[in-house]
Amino acid sequence: MSDIAIPAKANATRRPDESDLVKQRVRAAMWFLLPMLAALAVVAAWPLLRTIWFSMTDASLTHLADARFVWFNNYLHWTVLKSGKVIWSGVLVDPAWWNAVWNTLRFAVLSVAFETVFGVIVALVLNAEFPGRGIVRAAVLIPWAIPTIVSARMWGWMFNDQFGIINDMLMHLGLISTKIAWTASADTAFYAILIVDIWKTTPFMALLILAALQMIPRDIYEAAAIDGVHPVKTFFRVTLPLIRPALMVAVIFRLLDAMRIFDLVYVLTPNSAQTKTMSVISRENLIDFDKFAYGSAESTLLFLIIAVMTILYIWIGQVRFEGGTR
Amino acid sequence: MSTIDQVQRVSSFDLWKLVKKTAFYLLVLFIVVVMVFPFYYAILTSFKSGTNLFIVTYWPHELNFANYLNVLQSAAFLQNFANSIIVATLTVLLSLLLAVTASYALSRVNFRGRGVLLMTILAVSMFPQIAVLAGLFELIRFYNLFNTLWALIFSYTIFSLPFTVWVLTTFMRDLPVEIEEAAIVDGATPWIIIWRVFLPLLWPAMVTTGLLAFIAAWNEYLFALTFTSSNSARTVPVAIALFSGNSEHEIPWGTIMAASVLVTAPLVVLVLIFQRKIISGLTAGGVKG
Repeated sequence: MSDIAIPAKANATRRPDESDLVKQRVRAAMWFLLPMLAALAVVAAWPLLRTIWFSMTDASLTHLADARFVWFNNYLHWTVLKSGKVIWSGVLVDPAWWNAVWNTLRFAVLSVAFETVFGVIVALVLNAEFPGRGIVRAAVLIPWAIPTIVSARMWGWMFNDQFGIINDMLMHLGLISTKIAWTASADTAFYAILIVDIWKTTPFMALLILAALQMIPRDIYEAAAIDGVHPVKTFFRVTLPLIRPALMVAVIFRLLDAMRIFDLVYVLTPNSAQTKTMSVISRENLIDFDKFAYGSAESTLLFLIIAVMTILYIWIGQVRFEGGTR
Repeated sequence: MSTIDQVQRVSSFDLWKLVKKTAFYLLVLFIVVVMVFPFYYAILTSFKSGTNLFIVTYWPHELNFANYLNVLQSAAFLQNFANSIIVATLTVLLSLLLAVTASYALSRVNFRGRGVLLMTILAVSMFPQIAVLAGLFELIRFYNLFNTLWALIFSYTIFSLPFTVWVLTTFMRDLPVEIEEAAIVDGATPWIIIWRVFLPLLWPAMVTTGLLAFIAAWNEYLFALTFTSSNSARTVPVAIALFSGNSEHEIPWGTIMAASVLVTAPLVVLVLIFQRKIISGLTAGGVKG
């Protein structure tokens, strides 16, 4: 008992002085945080609240200030005709919206799945020691550094139906007999988007995985090699479980990012119903079609979907965060 | 066991090793070609002129600067380029300014709700930008910022600030307690501690973070497209996306590729110079630039 009492007493005598210092530091910290928090409130919190507000009004581009509150009519609304027939309207019964939701989800899951597999392969290559590794690492960074719009145009040119090099390659290899209109054809537009996105974001995935791989002590592999364990088995039994936490974080990050994709779709395959994502359809309604309130409702729904996913991420990410906190 | 058998076994072992090595290098070659090819092909196309544009070639055949002259002589494009530089630079400086003190508070001071605050900041960086578009549009119109560079600097803060705060906080958290202790004992105020103790140590991290935030601002498209309406405020991505001909067959691919190369080349050079820093910043932040 006594050995517990003594430190407590010692603490009590030191306390007033220390807590004064702590108080001063905390007070200073609050002032340091204030400008950043104020900035985020103005650029993030307020506009978000306004978007949600607009989603419950009948606002249009020219009538923002005098918009009327209409509750959830933009989301779901019904009118009963004299004949007794009920007509539903609103985002939640809009086939174009559900098509965009489906496109986005399909895109996010497929692109992240491929990126993860390719990312692991590239990371494993970069983790091996061989002459010229620096060049490979530099090459891998290039797609990441290229602006999305620029990559959309570069690939748009490569995918060109008449003069594109992709069709030329496939013709020479004998894989296709007629030229494909990659970005214009309904069957291929989605895959064109998928290919460009995988190309562009695999580097990011690879670098995150590489960082995790480099944390694994080399002697684990040496031990496995001495025991005669097949490298493939070592990968699935040793490497993969060890990088799994980092992999999960990277996957969720990329999923959240893929869910909000806008620029690539908007530039590479404009006006294609097969590729239109939630962000694209929201922006079209907001600005291009002057259905400001309707577009706000769609972007609010997208926000809600991503918010749920973010909470999921924080829930998983916290484990990692608390491990590193002091 | 005969010697022939042994020899065969040794040679087949070597052969197997050789096959594995060749396969590995083929994989390396494949990765490099796939990653670099689109950029290489854009450069190749940008040096072609006239009808040569429509003949597919895999190796450079001509070195015609007409497309580049075309881009560089266009006043509008030069204006777009300048806009991009101004917007990205000011966005980064503003974010760094606000982030340094905030990161100090978030990483070195224990206060209630710090974890929640950090998570909120991370959540904001994962925000779908479309969700604030309507609200920002109203705000920007209300303050008469529409079609000005300020509209872009203002709206880019939404992704650049949380990212900067997050990366700088992770960096400062990993610095040892001892650096601060001496200053605290000497009675230095937190403000002096930041200026005298942390800022000199923070430069490398600030360069990395700033570079990543710069690239993000340079590449941004949604806000730039929505909040500008003429070349006086348009940034390069919007200009490149808008390049088009009178019809599908008149799209000036050569000019587009030359502009693309001009816009990307500085980034690629920066990335190659700061390779290691960028990789460490990316993985520390865990946020896509």
